Amino acid sequence: MSPTYYLLLSALLFAIGTIGVLVRRNAIVVFMCIELMLNSVNLTLVTFSRINGSLNGQVMAFFVMVVAAAEVVVGLAIIMSIFRTRRSASVDDSNLLKY
Amino acid sequence: MLHTAVVLAAASTTDHVGAGEAITFWILGPLALAGGLGMLFARNAVHSALFLVLTMLSLGVLYMVQQAPFLGFVQIIVYTGAIMMLFLFVLMMVGRDSSDSVVEVLRGQRLWAGVLGVGLAGLVIGIVARALTSVSSVGLNGPNSTNGGNVSQIGRSLFTDFLFPFELTSALLITAAVGAMVLAYTGRGGKGSKRTQREMMVARFRGEHDRPSPLPGPGVFATGNSVATPALLPDGSIAPESLSEIIESTPVDEYEHDLAEVANAEASPDAHALTGTEEARS
Repeated sequence: MSPTYYLLLSALLFAIGTIGVLVRRNAIVVFMCIELMLNSVNLTLVTFSRINGSLNGQVMAFFVMVVAAAEVVVGLAIIMSIFRTRRSASVDDSNLLKY
Repeated sequence: MLHTAVVLAAASTTDHVGAGEAITFWILGPLALAGGLGMLFARNAVHSALFLVLTMLSLGVLYMVQQAPFLGFVQIIVYTGAIMMLFLFVLMMVGRDSSDSVVEVLRGQRLWAGVLGVGLAGLVIGIVARALTSVSSVGLNGPNSTNGGNVSQIGRSLFTDFLFPFELTSALLITAAVGAMVLAYTGRGGKGSKRTQREMMVARFRGEHDRPSPLPGPGVFATGNSVATPALLPDGSIAPESLSEIIESTPVDEYEHDLAEVANAEASPDAHALTGTEEARS
């Protein structure tokens, strides 16, 4: 077994996250699918860091985590404010950014 | 940093995946996949979140196995500890039952999304399998064993090579915190705010309620002052609004005698009259 298997696993997880973003209608679940995609990319970065023998990939994965945390905070706040006005968390119901 | 890494990589021999790591991978990899698929197919959003927690925990352990212990712990603490709990909080605030609608707005969207997703998976897996089968991995034994190990090395490169992105990260975090506060803040004029007494009075006289005044209280007489006693209108009839709806089972005929007495229907001495009864007058 070689570290390539990790890359295959992460490709599968990324595809699952893509399908989830396209298929699911609940905005929060769509967000979770995006998180899954970010995680699979992190796994890729860690594996490449190991293959190349350099820690730069791990630093990059660390940055991805920081950006994901910031993104989640803002995105969930947006979902909550949309829910407050539209009474729905479905991505189909929000066709306007205001009101 | 890059120079030392290259030197260390050259110094260290190629690493191979041991049996323990292989076993860990073949246990945790399917678990992560199952978590992802469960998140995709779970109807309930809370179940989706918990499946995602499973995937993230498995990935964290896989990071640790892949010589990235710092990232593994950060994954478990930050992702499953903080981010997923934030998700669960928002799920509980938005409402657990706000599950997916089955209505397809675009016809055939689910089918095509599935087909395209499977196609993407096949494409990426094909590329990776074709391009990277013969790649031998260098391994991180070198960088992880010198200069204080993994954590120290990551910290060193964060504050030397990646200093500018690191500072940008602080700006990003501040912006995210302020943005979340601005977006999630409901001002005093919001829907949930309480109206003042003056606004409520104005609303009452504008006709928002049935009557501007409170309901009349129960009757208070010499023979009874319970809540069940109805109040009397000036003409002696019962004020229907003074009857409590809660005590409506109280039989009204019990008070008939008292009512008649109060309404002066019986020929009884009038307590309010100075002249006494009619017989006395005549």
